[in-house]
Amino acid sequence: MASVETNAAAAAHVEEHDHHEELSFIRKYIFSEDHKVIAKQYMFSGVFWAIIGASLSILFRLQLGFPNLNLEWLRPILGNWIDDSGKLDKEFYLALVTMHGTIMVFFVLTAGLSGTFSNFLIPLQVGARDMASGFLNMLSYWFFFLSSVIMFGSLFIETGPASGGWVIYPPLSALPQAMSGSGLGMSLWLISMALFIVSQLLGGINYITTVINLRTRGMSFSKMPLTIWAFLLTAVLGLISFPVLLSAALLLIFDRSMGTSFYLSEIYIGGEALPNVGGSPILFQHLFWFLGHPEVYIVLLPALGITSEIIATNSRKPIFGYRAMIASMIGIAFLAFIVWAHHMFVTGMNPFLGSIFMFLTLIIAVPSAVKAFNYITTLWRGNIVFTPAMLFSIGLVSFFISGGLTGIILGNSALDIQLHDTYFVVAHFHLVMGAASAFGFLAGVYHWFPKFFGRMMNKTLGYIHFWFTFVGIYLVFFPMHYIGIAGFPRRYYSFTSYEAFRTFGDLNMFVSIAAIFTFAAQFLFLWNFFYSIFRGRKAPQNPWRSNTLEWTTPVNPGHGNWPGEIPAVYRWPYDYSKPGANDDFIPQNVPYSQTPESNLPHENALIALEKEIEAQNYNDQFKQPH
Amino acid sequence: MSETVKIMAVAEEPEETLSMNPKKFILWLFVVSIVMLFAAMTSAYLVRRAEGNWLEFEIPSIFWYSTVVLLISSVSMHWAYKAAKKDDFGVLRTAISITFAFGLAFLVMQFLGWQDLVAQNVFFVGNPAGSFMYVFTGLHAFHLISGLIIILFALRAAFKLKIHAKNLNQIEICATYWHFLDVLWVYLFGFLLYFN
Ligand code: HEM
Ligand SMILES: [Cu+2]
Repeated sequence: MASVETNAAAAAHVEEHDHHEELSFIRKYIFSEDHKVIAKQYMFSGVFWAIIGASLSILFRLQLGFPNLNLEWLRPILGNWIDDSGKLDKEFYLALVTMHGTIMVFFVLTAGLSGTFSNFLIPLQVGARDMASGFLNMLSYWFFFLSSVIMFGSLFIETGPASGGWVIYPPLSALPQAMSGSGLGMSLWLISMALFIVSQLLGGINYITTVINLRTRGMSFSKMPLTIWAFLLTAVLGLISFPVLLSAALLLIFDRSMGTSFYLSEIYIGGEALPNVGGSPILFQHLFWFLGHPEVYIVLLPALGITSEIIATNSRKPIFGYRAMIASMIGIAFLAFIVWAHHMFVTGMNPFLGSIFMFLTLIIAVPSAVKAFNYITTLWRGNIVFTPAMLFSIGLVSFFISGGLTGIILGNSALDIQLHDTYFVVAHFHLVMGAASAFGFLAGVYHWFPKFFGRMMNKTLGYIHFWFTFVGIYLVFFPMHYIGIAGFPRRYYSFTSYEAFRTFGDLNMFVSIAAIFTFAAQFLFLWNFFYSIFRGRKAPQNPWRSNTLEWTTPVNPGHGNWPGEIPAVYRWPYDYSKPGANDDFIPQNVPYSQTPESNLPHENALIALEKEIEAQNYNDQFKQPH
Repeated sequence: MSETVKIMAVAEEPEETLSMNPKKFILWLFVVSIVMLFAAMTSAYLVRRAEGNWLEFEIPSIFWYSTVVLLISSVSMHWAYKAAKKDDFGVLRTAISITFAFGLAFLVMQFLGWQDLVAQNVFFVGNPAGSFMYVFTGLHAFHLISGLIIILFALRAAFKLKIHAKNLNQIEICATYWHFLDVLWVYLFGFLLYFN
């Protein structure tokens, strides 16, 4: 009798242990704690937001390129934002620019990019079963979702969404009566962004913890793929800078709804004096840009990490200057915190202080150039395989260089005073941040699609998509440099009333046509993406013959990623085309004892340490009850 | 040659990858983000103060007493941790409860401090000098409430005998966070006294 009871208890125990194999649909696909599912959730959300963000930009490009165009046909979608004469409402134009910036910078290139690839690749590439805390990870996505719903909802309210620019400078954003977009729309913007920051912090804390504590045996920092380094540093940047934005937003909320005067002083509005005294709008700019500048690297670094991986794999060569790459990323991450005032040269800053910030800003060009050169030297004389992912990565390097050069121009305070708030700045950051990071995202999708969905994307469509997008982006943003030098300010509804700007009317029209063309080309990608999820060719286990650990998992990795033990790691991830080797790649989990033909002398000495690596302790989340 | 090879091999000794309990590590990262939140606030205070037009007022003296209360709560938290290490469950429960009670007392005293400010005609709405005072104390109190909730969870675990010498993670996390909140307040208070 007693033995029967213990048996039943044991059976119950086994059942309890197996419970995570048979999760309900909701726990498996919606409130999932699996990093791969969360990554896909971020990916689909990011793609959704990218479509919205890009469509908004097409709307205002129509206005800029064709100021006399009758937009009556958009009334079914935009309603009263089309005014009686069939043109875009002037305040709505500002709302469009603001929401385009907010959506692209935060929802697509921060949450969409990091959320997708950090979540997906960190556990797979460091050799972990999942994120350090699946629960916090799930929470991170749902905070983001809630924030998305609020931001999306704000597009549809009667007074319109926030309209003061993505940088939401007070006093415009602090006074609900200042413009219609500063009312409810601005409040929703702040609520949404507060939730967004919470989501980013939860996500980032998880990324950092996973990278530091959950690496598999042998995965020392000097053997980590550069993708992981990039994601780690990105998360550190976010952890340090997003709380500052939260502080700034909090004070702004108090100013807006409780009547404090942190950012407000001596303002007349509609002929009436406000009671606020003693605040400083410049204070907001300091706080904002302390986040804002690191934010541009939060957007770019993951894209650079993805590029490093793809370029090395498809050049069939070790990445050039692995340690220099890490050092320059650390350098960029550090410098990112001490250059914020280069966005504020025209705020009446002490010119001496300005020259200090100018000096620090120009130093960033050094690690940036190191990275650019390393990409080029990795490509140099490689056996390049031009996959679509590779083309997008090379495109990224091109944008990074051409946009970075104008950064050096803007970093000089004397030049910036002329160029600030013109289309020159718009051209600069769209190339170096917008286009480069978007290419990073696309390259990542093309490259890791087989791991995400177990199927391949169509190559030919990928090539067409690349060339249309690459050429299109240069056609859009290159002319903007000239428009900017000619003095066109950003965020202006129309230039038709200025005689001096007449001559550039056709250039603006050209830019708008190029933008519509580039936008249309993205539907090739969307089609390819969704079609391949269901109908793509079945993927082999390691389609790109790559070295990193994710390709050692089954084609469709299940819960816990590896069915058996997590592989140990013996070498760095860039052993491509090693002299003497049988194959032109040696995955990280192949020990030196199995490759005597290609080992260098000091690597032969490492064979003795393999036993030690295998005996190492590590956090296997499946060994603990969970 | 073989000599150098040996040296290199020694230099490349495989490091242990496991370093710390992930949950504790997560807590430290939370602490970093809270530090940045307050660092931003105090920097904003300094930048704004440097611009002049700054209201001077007395910092409520009750804040001195509340600081002492919070420090005592940290001591009793440490006492709880010691008791857990020794499997002394009675003391553990008492000590956690004392910590909780002192934490609550601190919150009440902070509130009384606000009333003192109001009595001095320093309001939340007005000169930023006063507003900052409310923001600092209020934000800290907000975090302290989160600390109290974590203490409540620890107390429940203590009653369920889930905290003992072999399972110290929860009480360690709880204690670290509480001590941090304590240090944070001492920093804020010192800052406000010095830069008033
Ligand atoms: C060589 C390195 C770089 C330098 C020296 C540099 C310099 C500058 C300067 C001085 C401005 C301010 C222009 C103005 O508003 O008048 C600026 C704007 C901007 N930069 Fe860069 N930059 C560099 C690289 C980057 C990178 C890598 C990114 C993004 C990944 C980036 C993103 C931006 C953005 C988004 C803005 C405009 C923000 C706004 O006003 O809305 N920059 N840059
Ligand atoms: Cu910047």
